[in-house]
Amino acid sequence: MTIGLAHYLAVAAILFTIGVFGIFVNRKNIIVILMSIELILLAVNINLVAFSVYLHDVVGQIFAMFVLTVAAAEAAVGLAILVTFFRNRGDIAVDDASMMKG
Amino acid sequence: MALQAIAFYLLATVTVAAGFAVVSAKNPVHSVLFLILAFFSAAGLFVLLGAEFLAMLLVVVYVGAVAVLFLFVVMMLDVDFAALRQGFASYLPLGGLVAGVLAIEMIVVSTTVATGGAAGKNETPMAALPDVTNAETIGRVLYTDYVYFFQAAGLVLLVAMIGAIVLTLRHKPGVRRQVIADQVARSPKTGMRVVSIKPGEGISE
Repeated sequence: MTIGLAHYLAVAAILFTIGVFGIFVNRKNIIVILMSIELILLAVNINLVAFSVYLHDVVGQIFAMFVLTVAAAEAAVGLAILVTFFRNRGDIAVDDASMMKG
Repeated sequence: MALQAIAFYLLATVTVAAGFAVVSAKNPVHSVLFLILAFFSAAGLFVLLGAEFLAMLLVVVYVGAVAVLFLFVVMMLDVDFAALRQGFASYLPLGGLVAGVLAIEMIVVSTTVATGGAAGKNETPMAALPDVTNAETIGRVLYTDYVYFFQAAGLVLLVAMIGAIVLTLRHKPGVRRQVIADQVARSPKTGMRVVSIKPGEGISE
């Protein structure tokens, strides 16, 4: 009944898998793809914090903070690109986003 | 201990269910709201682990900033989201297969690591120090050993902010804007003209 490291790692693994699954099934909807990436980064953070706590080392939590920073920056830039793309194309379907070739 | 187990299973179930709802919801607004729920319950898991500072950071940064940003963008863009869901069913079997295999592999590996790895020796989580809070512990390490990384993280955020502004800022042609520099540089010489008028004639440009 006692909750150990394996429990937290299992939750993180399932969340990571859900993120990958979301990228797989929502191939056209880039907003949901970005949210799936956020879920994946959240799973990574849970892993880092769980290991940090069970290894008795606070450095893992600091690294989780940096992951959080990069995730926030990534979301901001990703959504800015999305808004620009929508202005130029009037649509956000990513499977025919091949304007940048050449 | 039993209470801790109940809290863990509750929070873990909500996190996983909300995460699944994020990727499977029909309406992206619902996806964002489920994302907020997932972040909240993950913050609860962090509290359960004893990482209160990161839990609060998760709530402030993710729920307060990132999720609201998503919400703004989803509501701002006028997109036919039903069309974007085409192909959902066709990708479902392959995606489910890959996800299932990945989940089983990762759970097996992480269980092995959790019981046999370096972390397996520590059965108990890090005990909270009696006179030092979690935030203080993090601060003591972050501002000494990792201060350059901290500065670099600030730089990353600065670059992301400038990048986002540059990407989304646009000047519409034909819109008259205030140019402060022109206004400040205006002098009596450029702003005024003395015209001598003959009586009874008036002036015409």
